[in-house]
Amino acid sequence: MDELEKMLLMQVADLHKVPDGAYNIRSNGGSGGRRSTENIVISNRTDGKSGIDITVKAGTKNESVHIPVVITKGDYKETVYNDFYIGAGADVLIIAGCGIHNCGVEQAEHSGVHTFHLGKDAKVRYVEKHYGEGDGNGENVMNPSTVVYLEEGARLEMETTQIKGIDSTVRTTRAKLKKGANLVVREKIYTHGKQFAKTDFCVDLDGEGAGADVVSRSVAAEQSSQEFVSRINGNAKCSGHTECDAIIMDGARVTAVPELTANCVDAELIHEAAIGKIAGEQLIKLMTLGLTEQQAEEQIIKGFLS
Amino acid sequence: MLELKNICYSVTEGGREKQILRDVSLKIDERFAAITGPNGSGKSTLAKIIAGILRPTSGSILLDGEDVTACSVTERANKGISFAFQQPVRFKGITVKDLISLAAGKKITVTEACSYLSEVGLCARDYIDREVSASLSGGELKRIEIATVLARGTRLSVFDEPEAGIDLWSFNSLISVFEKMYKRTKGSIVIISHQERILSIADKIVVVANGRVEKEGAREQILPSILGTNACRALTDKMEV
Repeated sequence: MDELEKMLLMQVADLHKVPDGAYNIRSNGGSGGRRSTENIVISNRTDGKSGIDITVKAGTKNESVHIPVVITKGDYKETVYNDFYIGAGADVLIIAGCGIHNCGVEQAEHSGVHTFHLGKDAKVRYVEKHYGEGDGNGENVMNPSTVVYLEEGARLEMETTQIKGIDSTVRTTRAKLKKGANLVVREKIYTHGKQFAKTDFCVDLDGEGAGADVVSRSVAAEQSSQEFVSRINGNAKCSGHTECDAIIMDGARVTAVPELTANCVDAELIHEAAIGKIAGEQLIKLMTLGLTEQQAEEQIIKGFLS
Repeated sequence: MLELKNICYSVTEGGREKQILRDVSLKIDERFAAITGPNGSGKSTLAKIIAGILRPTSGSILLDGEDVTACSVTERANKGISFAFQQPVRFKGITVKDLISLAAGKKITVTEACSYLSEVGLCARDYIDREVSASLSGGELKRIEIATVLARGTRLSVFDEPEAGIDLWSFNSLISVFEKMYKRTKGSIVIISHQERILSIADKIVVVANGRVEKEGAREQILPSILGTNACRALTDKMEV
């Protein structure tokens, strides 16, 4: 692996070296290394599509899987399908992420379709980071799709971060929850320049006692635009909460579209959406501590997205 | 230390000019000065003018003889003026430790953060990682606000009604915070307050009414004349009980 690829890996997966536990590194469409463990098996797909199957044995605890993707060329486009089968009662950490370094003038595009099947009472913390850079004028495009099936009592915590360098992204997340299952989403997005980011969540709370908490914090700066769509369907006695909190700056645009549907009288659904510029009093408070206006702005954004 | 010369401040309301401060001149060399007066008399405006948050319509502000009238909020902060807001500002995502670090102007250790927080009566362990957001109560935010001023340790610290929005129990410990601060400070403290117990530890008291300095002088001289008047009401005034 060259220095550029190592640097991208550090950005998206905090990896300085080959990770402990199971991993699969995808580099410009090829394999940058793979390791399965006794409890976590990574294998090629058998349906002819590009991507991998990750199977975690029932009851596996405190293990992790790293599946970063790096792309270091322009004029490249790929769609990758990764399926996760998490056995009953397992409790694992999955770290995915995609880093693009595009120094050409053509577009580099990565679309990852991740499907999670969590067995009864399984728990997964899924961390996903997106990062792009380049010294040409080529666009970096990422369109991640996440499909989640949660069996009874299962829980998925999903943390997604897109801080820099992605020119266009459409994130789609679909989830179906059975009895007592839980989905927690924490999304952080920072867009600048002429970037565009759309996130589209749709959660079906099908089982009694199912719960979803979808929270997005974003900052749209310069001429960038963002769209946040969050739909929660309460089909049983359940609880759902969706929140979009956005800071808008310069000439940016933000649209927030929360949509709640209760198909059961005992469904409790809440949405919150707030879009606004940085409060003047926040800037002034930090300026009374000796920061310049620009430093104050940076600190407020850093905190907001931390 | 601090000198205000002929400060005037007016705003336009409904097409009419309204004078908030009328020719305020004031010199503070004492370690602890209290500015008091009825609601709406212009005290908070005066405090904001000292910090640079508001610009006077006319007049000048001198800090240790240096004219700082044209200086921005940031410049004044770096020259040694600290300001504690009457209503502390909330931040999503910024923790108590972050805010105290920003105030101190350097990364601080947990031990240092603890020392500032225990000064204001908070158990640091419970607070340092919490967000300075709506998750904290008014009294907690107020104490953290005071801790940020302590962490700066500047030559002039201005507090705008520290007692406002604080419950009675917190108020008693707040007084001891200021008593301690008075003993330790190397600079000057200017405090806008209605409270007799705060006024009674001040070296100097300035009474502002209708945008003017009505009287000023040593505590022994001023305090007896204002007790029981509108300028200094009962202990529970402006407090949430």
